[in-house]
Amino acid sequence: MKKILIALLSGIIFGLGLSLSQMTNPNKVINFLDITGQWDPSLAFVMMGALLVTFISFRVVLKRPDPVLEESFHLSKRTDIDKPLLVGAAIFGIGWGISGYCPGPAVANLGAGSIEALVMVLSIYSGFFFQKWLSHKSQ
Amino acid sequence: MEDFTPLSAMLGGALIGLSVTILLLFNGRMAGISGIMNGLFNSPRDEVIWRFTFLCGLIIGAFIFQLISPDFFVPRQGFPLWLVAIGGFLVGIGTRLGNGCTSGHGICGIANMSKRSIFSTLTFMTAGMLTVYLIKHLL
Repeated sequence: MKKILIALLSGIIFGLGLSLSQMTNPNKVINFLDITGQWDPSLAFVMMGALLVTFISFRVVLKRPDPVLEESFHLSKRTDIDKPLLVGAAIFGIGWGISGYCPGPAVANLGAGSIEALVMVLSIYSGFFFQKWLSHKSQ
Repeated sequence: MEDFTPLSAMLGGALIGLSVTILLLFNGRMAGISGIMNGLFNSPRDEVIWRFTFLCGLIIGAFIFQLISPDFFVPRQGFPLWLVAIGGFLVGIGTRLGNGCTSGHGICGIANMSKRSIFSTLTFMTAGMLTVYLIKHLL
């Protein structure tokens, strides 16, 4: 139960942060990516703000042997730079540039009653299922 | 440059940093939104619930923000929904293939000094910028 409340709290703060920073504003996202046009570098400061906190907090948190409510930390131990990582990131970046939404803002904007967000979330899921089907097929 | 908002962007980013720190400290989880979205349909029952509440929190957070300051930014009007759908589909494929998005790689992974996340972030940022350049300035 506690873990569920923590997830809820964490989600709410995340949603507030996305909204305040305007990551939820696709026009602003596209203006951020538009470096040769009317460039708006604001969203670089979102990452800066987040990393200023997490660079310190993750060091402190990961010094603990385990998390407060769970038996162990769930961390990826992979270090290989493989083709799926880079091709996937490139495909994601293209979709981000076309739509102006990455997954977090797409979900958060459901709370602002945005029809674009609904379309975005449904098509992200169709992409998930398509990719899963593709990877099963190729095995 | 237009609508440069470094302060709200930075504060919003710091809130996102706080959110991912809480989830890591208590639940031992990296708050990667695309992974959490995907896990909603591919996990055992007790793993589904926290993911579901996190995503609900995300929506509630954006909803609360919208209630407090409805005029914070003007929602995008008249953008073709089929473009959003194509973008979303690519975001879905890309984030699965590349194991993460802006939050998982861009914030959590980089804070954890993951080489994979640094490469992923550089790739999706570049791809996003090239895509916007292509759409806005060449097409």
